[in-house]
Amino acid sequence: MSIWQIAWRSIRQRALASSLTAFSMALGVLLVTAVLLVHGLITKSFTDNSNLGYDLIAGAKGGKLQLVLNTTFYLSQPVENLPYTFYQEFLTKEEQENELALMKPENRGELKDGTYAKNIDFAIPVNLGDTYQHFRIVGTLPKFFEVFKADNEVDPKYHFRHGRNFKVWDDEHGYFEAVIGSIVASETGLKVGDKIEAAHGGDPNDVHSDSPFIVVGILAPSGTPNDRAVFINMEGFYLMSGHAKVEENERPGADVSGSTISRRKPLPIKQREVTAILIRTHDPVFGRSLKNRVNEGNVAQIASPVYVIASLFEFIVKPIQTLLLVLTIMICLVSGISILVSIYNSMNDRKREIAIMRALGARRVTVMGIVLGESIILSVGGGILGWMGAHLLLFSASPFVEAQTGVQIGLFELAPLPRWLEVEIPEVIINNSWIGQFCSIELVIIPGLLLLAVLVGFLPAYTAYRTDVAQALSSSP
Amino acid sequence: MLEIKNLEKSFRSPTGERVPILNVPQFNVAAAEQMVIVGRSGCGKSTLLHLIAGIGRPDSGHIAINGLDITRLSEEGRDRFRAEVMGYVFQTFNLLQGFTALENVILGMSFARGRVDHGRARDLLHRVGLDHRLDAYPRTMSVGEQQRVAVARALANRPKLLLADEPTANVDPANQQAIVDLIRETCQEEEISLVMVTHSMEVAEQFQRVDPLEKLNLVAQANKAHA
Repeated sequence: MSIWQIAWRSIRQRALASSLTAFSMALGVLLVTAVLLVHGLITKSFTDNSNLGYDLIAGAKGGKLQLVLNTTFYLSQPVENLPYTFYQEFLTKEEQENELALMKPENRGELKDGTYAKNIDFAIPVNLGDTYQHFRIVGTLPKFFEVFKADNEVDPKYHFRHGRNFKVWDDEHGYFEAVIGSIVASETGLKVGDKIEAAHGGDPNDVHSDSPFIVVGILAPSGTPNDRAVFINMEGFYLMSGHAKVEENERPGADVSGSTISRRKPLPIKQREVTAILIRTHDPVFGRSLKNRVNEGNVAQIASPVYVIASLFEFIVKPIQTLLLVLTIMICLVSGISILVSIYNSMNDRKREIAIMRALGARRVTVMGIVLGESIILSVGGGILGWMGAHLLLFSASPFVEAQTGVQIGLFELAPLPRWLEVEIPEVIINNSWIGQFCSIELVIIPGLLLLAVLVGFLPAYTAYRTDVAQALSSSP
Repeated sequence: MLEIKNLEKSFRSPTGERVPILNVPQFNVAAAEQMVIVGRSGCGKSTLLHLIAGIGRPDSGHIAINGLDITRLSEEGRDRFRAEVMGYVFQTFNLLQGFTALENVILGMSFARGRVDHGRARDLLHRVGLDHRLDAYPRTMSVGEQQRVAVARALANRPKLLLADEPTANVDPANQQAIVDLIRETCQEEEISLVMVTHSMEVAEQFQRVDPLEKLNLVAQANKAHA
């Protein structure tokens, strides 16, 4: 009979006390794992979405964080716009001719290659500010859903669950076509063919009822903030009342019925603005130089979403993570102490049992090992139960989390390593398809629990070690 | 088999004084011999057995078993020696409550190196008439059954010396004789030396050799003289 079998029998003998002790450990680990998983999900959600296929965002001068949060995550509010001509600086003459094909030559002016057009893979304008219910409206071009590719760089990143992409011009719907994200569809019940009216600047009392858009496509869930957005044709966006830039010789509030805007003609370039431009460059060196050139000017700024989010994590999330880690350690310690108290309290009743084993020939280290074994079984057993409980809990909450964050949770998906720990591990290991998946903070918990069990089990084990056999045998049973 | 010379043991009283309890100048037991030590309560019978078993350490003197002086062994050495060479039957059976009858016997084997033998454990329980109670827990067994399990456990490692500390004291009269017979017969079959401590004259009378502890122990003699 091994030490482990004897320890297990001893645990079974005190089934109630042992169960309560293991349960306390399980609760502690459940809490710790759940916190780590939730934190990991938030981190994953932010970091994944800060790398959506473009490396730079151009926007009006101001805070870079606000620009990224507003453009990438559809949080915060846009402050200022950029002139459309600035967007043209990222396009070749040919690209501009294609995008402005429906515009009369006199309205678009003379076209030429943009200053930054070289070394640019693509530039996509976005216009923000309006909402549909509580969802952001994004005025953009159809290429938004065409140029972004999945990781294999062949398949498109965005798929349509129903319908199709919107067009710049459609004979039936004109400029007023829209595509909605999966969460928008599920929460609003909108279907292909339904009409949507945007609230100007998010004001529910100022609805663009004169410019309804027709839903022509519903996106499949992508796990990105785009699931929670309504995409409309940018040409239609410009034609909504209040979206044309007011010219100096024009009265404010010019609308579709006004002299300068026709619902069938694209808005002239001089009246256009864009909120931001999503840019992908050929290479990072050019990206840095582009960023410097633009940021030195007084028209716009360029931010790198990955860098901005990394900074956000470094300065805001990392302290929270440290706090969580401290809480985690404290929870584990409390659970460990409860195991210590439970086993230690039982030692008085067990002195005779230990003395009997010693009288049968068990060595001091053997009885010490048995008590340590009990502590390890309770800690690790409780720990594994808590770990599985946390995963089951989050897995059962998966549909809700996915709806809120777009992050899908697998039953045994592990919480990622904290960044500071990740950088300490060689890339060969992290990037290894087999070993890499096990690089998780959760897998630090199990050895940590073993260590904790040994630590907390040591005091009662030492008491067992020190038991005076003759005295314990002489005492009444 | 067992040779004791000039064995002395004292305890420290609560006031810090040393109180002698044992002073045995000479005590021998031959191989396969069966003998009994009698004496009144508190005269040091259990202490003597503890010292022979190596559970406690004497202040001075020698205890040799099969020629090996166990007082020279380390505590770990005595533990191992006890597991491999000695069997111990307690007055209160001292079965472990979380283990079945069979497991209690196997547990006795577990502490001796390479001695775990499930077949022998079953045989021993069969020999003590408990082959139908292998999986019974002590709390479900009668006192007689529990003491029989304790005897089987003590014999599990094929000991050379069996120490029995008042094995019939807590057993009802109907079972007393059965327990004594069981211990004696088994020791005879396996050529085990038996040192039994008892205060029951009925039990003692069945042995050829009966040593009153007062005769062996100079401290007891001195105490008697004082009284």
